[in-house]
Amino acid sequence: MPVELTEGDRAVLRGERGEAAALAMRIVVEMAGVSAAERLIDVTSAHVDGCLYHGVAGLEFAERLVAGGARVAVPTTLNVGALDLLHPDRYRGDPGVAANARRQMDAYVAMGCRPTWTCAPYQLPERPAFGQHVAWAESNAIVFCNSVLGARTDRYGDFIDICAALTGRVPLAGLHRDEARRARLVVTLEGISERLLASDSLYPVLGHLLGREAGSEVAAIVGLPADTSEDRMKALGAAAASSGSVAMVHAVGVTPEAPTLEAATGGEEVRELRVTTARLRAFRDELSTVAPERLGAVSVGTPHASLAELERLAGLLGTDEVAVPLYVNVGREVLAAAEGRGLVPRLEALGVRVVSDTCTYISPVMDEVSGPVMTDSAKWAWYAPANLGVDVVIGGLEECVRSAVAGRVLLDEALWADA
Amino acid sequence: MPEARTLVAGTARGRALVLDEPLSFWGGVDPATGDIIDARHPQHGANVAGRILVMRTGRGSSSSSSVLAEAIRGGTAPAAIVLGEADPILALGAIVARELFGTTIPVIVTAESALSTDDPATVRADETGVELRGRGRGHPTARRG
Repeated sequence: MPVELTEGDRAVLRGERGEAAALAMRIVVEMAGVSAAERLIDVTSAHVDGCLYHGVAGLEFAERLVAGGARVAVPTTLNVGALDLLHPDRYRGDPGVAANARRQMDAYVAMGCRPTWTCAPYQLPERPAFGQHVAWAESNAIVFCNSVLGARTDRYGDFIDICAALTGRVPLAGLHRDEARRARLVVTLEGISERLLASDSLYPVLGHLLGREAGSEVAAIVGLPADTSEDRMKALGAAAASSGSVAMVHAVGVTPEAPTLEAATGGEEVRELRVTTARLRAFRDELSTVAPERLGAVSVGTPHASLAELERLAGLLGTDEVAVPLYVNVGREVLAAAEGRGLVPRLEALGVRVVSDTCTYISPVMDEVSGPVMTDSAKWAWYAPANLGVDVVIGGLEECVRSAVAGRVLLDEALWADA
Repeated sequence: MPEARTLVAGTARGRALVLDEPLSFWGGVDPATGDIIDARHPQHGANVAGRILVMRTGRGSSSSSSVLAEAIRGGTAPAAIVLGEADPILALGAIVARELFGTTIPVIVTAESALSTDDPATVRADETGVELRGRGRGHPTARRG
């Protein structure tokens, strides 16, 4: 069945909005065929990941669109690039790659995308409302958008993200549809201590377990506190979208499409997975590549730290200087807000290095490290060993800060005791 | 007759390379050489260039679209990709390569390929259907109009 197009879609295909829009529409229509969608729908905004350079094909595509007169049709934010444009001296990689990376970032800005350079677009004030259809790329943003905001995006990525932004249209497929959003797996927390539930340390590890166990399925978690913060859901979702392909997760009593378990599953009987503290410990241990002893550096803020997380970091540090470099990744709009509160000079005076527009695991912006890197992010722990060739140790933010100050890994084992 | 469907049209001929596990092109294939570089993958060290690549599905990052497009541009891509289930990320890489470089590779879905590694095979895929022929054991053919 060919996809059903509107007169407007056909006009764009004919080139009435320029060559670039026609190219973008051809790709959207062909992808509708791949996903067997019956028709296209409007999106109200887009978040584009294609601005990150990883080869000339992506650069040629972006520059072809710019040459064809590309202008985004809906408000569009940009994910991280390969460079920290606010701190360009941090980049230690190949200058030729840096030049191409800069051209790629510039091309997306030239198409009318906002230079937000953040993997956490949900921290921006204009984020999508419940029930809106959007086209978001970047796996952690996708899972947050679907799960926490209750806005609807399928798994978009390189190429198709900007095509959706230029046309304002996407195939009616995947997580845009009600039936794909229902939980097919229930994850029940069993005998987890109040202390662990109240700790940041739990959420990335639970997300990592979810990614390994759920694959690409939508799960519903039962047993999370009703006041679980957005930052904790961010850590959980980012982890699940790294070790698995999770694009949506319900937390019963927390996320908007799961007031009850029945609402999340649509009342259907689904597979159940019970999660004990012992199981969580095993998945935590899988994330660390070395025994916790020496420490080279600490990296937090993957996905980008929120203002609340920066304040917490400053509070945990107090007046203590770090003994090893502590990097924090942050979007430039949150950075501006933090500067307004005087947080940034305070952190920098204690030795904290603030990275914006990019991230420490995708681009060579950290100084040479001698020894393992500690992180509070399961996503960082999952990708950095292969990307950067470093060993990692996972811990909560509190443990990361204590360790950075002490210059050696200090973990709170008691946190992971059986209840 | 196994159900088969065209994701990206085209014609190709080559020796089959059947993967035991899904492969992420991003981080899993070096687009400069076509080598499988994912150390955790069972076919680590094999080369995908010019092969009829058979796998159940792609895996992982959406950046695999870019890596496949890059490999098609550089001539290190498989001759065709034969999947067990539709993978929009790989299909997109092939579609973009056709738009950008005027050349691409067919990507098809078939419930069962019955190909073994090194079997000579041909793929013919268009909007009307898919033909997959292997000259190995059993001369498997999938056709759906």
